[in-house]
Amino acid sequence: MGELRYEAPDTIEAAVKLLARANGAARVLAGGTDVIVQMETDLIEPELLVDIKKIPQLREITAERGAYRVGAAVSCMELIEHEGFCRAWPGVIDGVKLIGSIQVKGRATMAGNLCNASPAADSVPALIAAGAQVTIAGPNGVRQAPVEAIPVSPGKTSLAKGEIVTSFLFPARPPRSGDAYLRFTPRTEMDIAVVGAGVNLTLDAGGTCTSARVALGAVAPTVLLVKEAAEALIGTRVGEAALDKLAKAASAACRPIDDKRGTKEYRIKVAGVLAGRAARQALERARQS
Amino acid sequence: MTNILEESGFDPNRKLRIVGTSPVKPDGRDKVTGRAKFGADLALPGMLVGKVLRSPHPHAIIKFIDTSRAQALPGVMAVVTRDDFPEIPPGTGEGDLTRNVMAREKALYDGHAVAAVAATSESIAKQALKLIRVDYEKLPHVIDAVEAMAPGAPILHEHLRAEGIKGAEDKPTNVVERQEFRMGDVEAGFREADVVIEREFRTCPIHQGYIEPQACVANWTKAGRVELWCCTQAHFGMRDNLASILDIPKEEICITGAEIGGAFGGKTIMYAEPLAIQLSRKAKRPVRIVLNRNEVFRATGPVSGTHSRIKMGVTRSGRFTAAEAEMVYQCGAFTGSMYYNGAQTMFTRYDLKNAKAVAYEVVSNRPKVNAFRAPGVPPVVFGVESVVDELAKAIGMDPLELRLKNAATEGYTTIYGETFGPIGFVETLEAAMKHEHYRAPHSGPNCGRGVAAGFWWNRAGDTSGKLRITADGSVNLLLGTIDIGGSRVSMCMMAAEELGIPLERVSAVIANTDQVSYNRLTAGSRVTFSSGIIVVDCARQAIAELRRRAAAAWNVSEQEVVYEDGTCRLARAGGAAPLSMAELVKRGGPISCSSTLAVTGAGPGFGVHIVDLEVDRETGGVKILRYTVVEDAGKAINRHQVEGQYQSGAAQGVGWALNEEYIYGEDGRLQNPSFLDYRMPVASDLPMIEAVIIEVPNPKHPYGLRGVGEVPVVPTLAAIANAITSAIGVRPYELPMSPPRLLKLIETAGTSKS
Amino acid sequence: MAAKIQVSTTVNGEQRRFQCEPQQTLLDVLRDELALTGTKEGCATGDCGACSVMLDGRLVDACLVLAAEVQGKKVETIEGMAQGEELHPLQRTFLEHNGSQCGICTPGMLMAARALLERNPDPSETEVRYWLAGNLCRCTGYDKIIRSVLAAAKEMRGA
Repeated sequence: MGELRYEAPDTIEAAVKLLARANGAARVLAGGTDVIVQMETDLIEPELLVDIKKIPQLREITAERGAYRVGAAVSCMELIEHEGFCRAWPGVIDGVKLIGSIQVKGRATMAGNLCNASPAADSVPALIAAGAQVTIAGPNGVRQAPVEAIPVSPGKTSLAKGEIVTSFLFPARPPRSGDAYLRFTPRTEMDIAVVGAGVNLTLDAGGTCTSARVALGAVAPTVLLVKEAAEALIGTRVGEAALDKLAKAASAACRPIDDKRGTKEYRIKVAGVLAGRAARQALERARQS
Repeated sequence: MTNILEESGFDPNRKLRIVGTSPVKPDGRDKVTGRAKFGADLALPGMLVGKVLRSPHPHAIIKFIDTSRAQALPGVMAVVTRDDFPEIPPGTGEGDLTRNVMAREKALYDGHAVAAVAATSESIAKQALKLIRVDYEKLPHVIDAVEAMAPGAPILHEHLRAEGIKGAEDKPTNVVERQEFRMGDVEAGFREADVVIEREFRTCPIHQGYIEPQACVANWTKAGRVELWCCTQAHFGMRDNLASILDIPKEEICITGAEIGGAFGGKTIMYAEPLAIQLSRKAKRPVRIVLNRNEVFRATGPVSGTHSRIKMGVTRSGRFTAAEAEMVYQCGAFTGSMYYNGAQTMFTRYDLKNAKAVAYEVVSNRPKVNAFRAPGVPPVVFGVESVVDELAKAIGMDPLELRLKNAATEGYTTIYGETFGPIGFVETLEAAMKHEHYRAPHSGPNCGRGVAAGFWWNRAGDTSGKLRITADGSVNLLLGTIDIGGSRVSMCMMAAEELGIPLERVSAVIANTDQVSYNRLTAGSRVTFSSGIIVVDCARQAIAELRRRAAAAWNVSEQEVVYEDGTCRLARAGGAAPLSMAELVKRGGPISCSSTLAVTGAGPGFGVHIVDLEVDRETGGVKILRYTVVEDAGKAINRHQVEGQYQSGAAQGVGWALNEEYIYGEDGRLQNPSFLDYRMPVASDLPMIEAVIIEVPNPKHPYGLRGVGEVPVVPTLAAIANAITSAIGVRPYELPMSPPRLLKLIETAGTSKS
Repeated sequence: MAAKIQVSTTVNGEQRRFQCEPQQTLLDVLRDELALTGTKEGCATGDCGACSVMLDGRLVDACLVLAAEVQGKKVETIEGMAQGEELHPLQRTFLEHNGSQCGICTPGMLMAARALLERNPDPSETEVRYWLAGNLCRCTGYDKIIRSVLAAAKEMRGA
């Protein structure tokens, strides 16, 4: 067993260097609410932890002409307390609010939620539906990628050795846009999504849906961006027929497994139900925005 | 002279000052300031960290264990395995006990302890566990009890012979025992019925779910004595069990009970304590073992899962004519399900003349089960009260009306032979029927209401304690029963009431096993009743002593001395000034009274639950909207404590009914050993829970109390099942009534209707 | 053995120094190095809230914070809640309404409830229930805990 080393650099460059040079398993420590649990339960035995919370620009939320940039070390509670962001992206906040308890959210970050690469991560369907991008710093410089490009399978990301997610970029929103995230869990809180559904849509002045993105969690090895479900809404006034089509498309896209948290059959059915409910809520928010 | 068990002195007209109120408990301040010392909170100088290595296999022969590399690791002070425990033949009580705390021939479940280490730090101890090599020969395993009964199932214990089953005496089996209870003529009874309903039910094991994991500190002293600090409900029982499995004289073991962070029956047997003692013996230093949550789920607790078939008959006019049940209890790797409790109490509360209950206990490759509130009872009452609900519907009668029509009353002789004294089932049912909740309309397309009733006999047994009056006239109680549900405050209240002094002058300490005589464990709703009798007995002795002293001081007969409100005075007016307790102690020295009794006379308890809920027909999710618990306490000594018992019983039942379960993989390993995936109710899952206290006194107790800890969990499962049935029009027969299961049920019903 | 890390931090207003191993959590250090055993361990995986403490004014589970991370930070635990013998209103209402039964979840509940009332002095029952969802209790069915918090809120508002 190697010895664990804890480092808390104060620049992105230093963090990248530490991670790139690590011999054994290295982990980024943002909120730590997954990493520390995985260490405690012997799922991982890293030799290096790189705490990124001391890097100032990773702690910032900045608004740039309607667009938002959220640093990778911003905790869920900090984001929930940011009024401007909450107004712009209520659906993303729906997901963020469901990441564990108040205590967990006091530490946990969206970047950690994404990089833990769980198909049931609560913020990820809403992030994908939002069309959010991540900025990645690595030994070969900085790159951008859509959120959905990060997780590749349960527990695995597309990040190369030494790369870290440094921030999320949310595009400026057109008027009459709304998003929502809903999940199903047997308990009201403190649970892992059995199914999650994020919907983001924009209406034209006449109330017709001009663009939509629908993402589903916990129904496949990674969060799914379901084009067919979005297409069911685009060009419609999001009436019952469109919602019905959306629900069917959502269910059809599912490739779930049976596990301790739910059955395949159950997940397929409920994915449609939740996609429909989330779309209704997103619609309501779009109309009010 | 009659003793307090023969003549309790219960007086329904007695004016009470303290009993029946809700004062703040004496242990409360330490609990809200973080000063209370729980199992894991004691640290001794030089103390080592103990850790346990556990089997990853559900069933495997342990061929050999190599601990040499662990022992060589710097900082490791001791390693123990099966070789450090005396050999006790399998098939005996002690043989089971020693094999459960440390696997011997075989590992019998995922999480079974196979070795333990003591080291100077947690990280060294963890590293040492990884260096222990255990050579296992994996065996086929069996998780489900019914499968374990089938021919050809993997056998856990070669010595086990099914007691009570004809023709099975000479073959190894997984059936521990069959027990049958019967009364009257069941066949004749069913012939008299207009409606007979027979159904099958399944429940699954759940964990007691206490928030504090088991923790202990063991210190093998130079003098060869064992000092053990731990969170247990059963310090005397544990002392005796440790003595027998470790081959140490009982007198050489002293156990001090820590504050206990929830137990509910789950801390009645030992787990890591003997390991800590053997490690301390070898290391010659104190050793602390604190289980982690994963270990708690994999190796302690759970409650039996059951399969039951229940049949009941009723006439059109609403009289039960017969009841019959057959039940299989899974007990994990060793006996302990208390299946006989279920068989004896499941129908008890109805004045049935004809009843039969047959119960089997079966071992399988799961952790040995342990007690949980009303052990063995709730899972089979789930079936009985579901069938009663169906019978009520079948004859078109209000479900509480049907229960009231058949309620047992004083003089009824039960299936287990007890003839009831005064009991409060009728009063409890009537109160439920009159309650605003039951009369309020409940509507909404997916809403439903359910009711169910339950019974627990309440327990008594060996109890010992002391009362001391100190120089300043304050009173200290030394109680032999561990306080797990707030009993200390009730003891102080009874002492203060009896002595006529302010509650603030009474304090209470839980005795260690050296300080008082043997006490039966804290379980079965016995403590406030039994220890309460001891306290009142001691207080009465103290009053007699105070009067003797006053009489001597005044040179009068004791009859001429009146004791009142902490003071002795002369019965006649005038003469000497009254003498206070402090003055009387000054005159004759400290007063110490003790009482040790095999307490009897516990009064049966009955409860009725009413629940409203809503089902999401598209997801199968259930929301509890309103919950009312009506239960006979006999007498609530401290109303807050009693209400707390009622409310927690309901809340635990909600978890049991809806979401809590053990999930095993094909490999026989537990898949959800965490609070994240073992879904106990969180605050936002529940509404306020109304507690209605009925008081039909038990005259065997000086204040009329019964016991309140067990009954509140008994009716919950059926009350919720009945409410779900009323909401969705189709009945669940299996627990948990989780969303996937309910959604399937809703869809099946939809298909069959169309 | 891994090299020990030197940490200097403020706990309940006092400057404290300790040494820890990199994998040790704040919970381990509070309990084993600083003898502050009022913070309880129920799961060590952030699922029960028994180890709730404040870290730089934020409610966190001490089991999900590495001890090394608290260098230069402010930690508040249950031991600092009362001012000498003067109990915090929440501590008093927990006593008066019997919001503490066995007591193991109580320190965490109190820390979490205090954090709530500092943000929201007038929470609804539902808000209290959702805020406290990360604090498991098996003894009370939550009823008396919720009542205790609502009573303290009312008292603190001077209502």
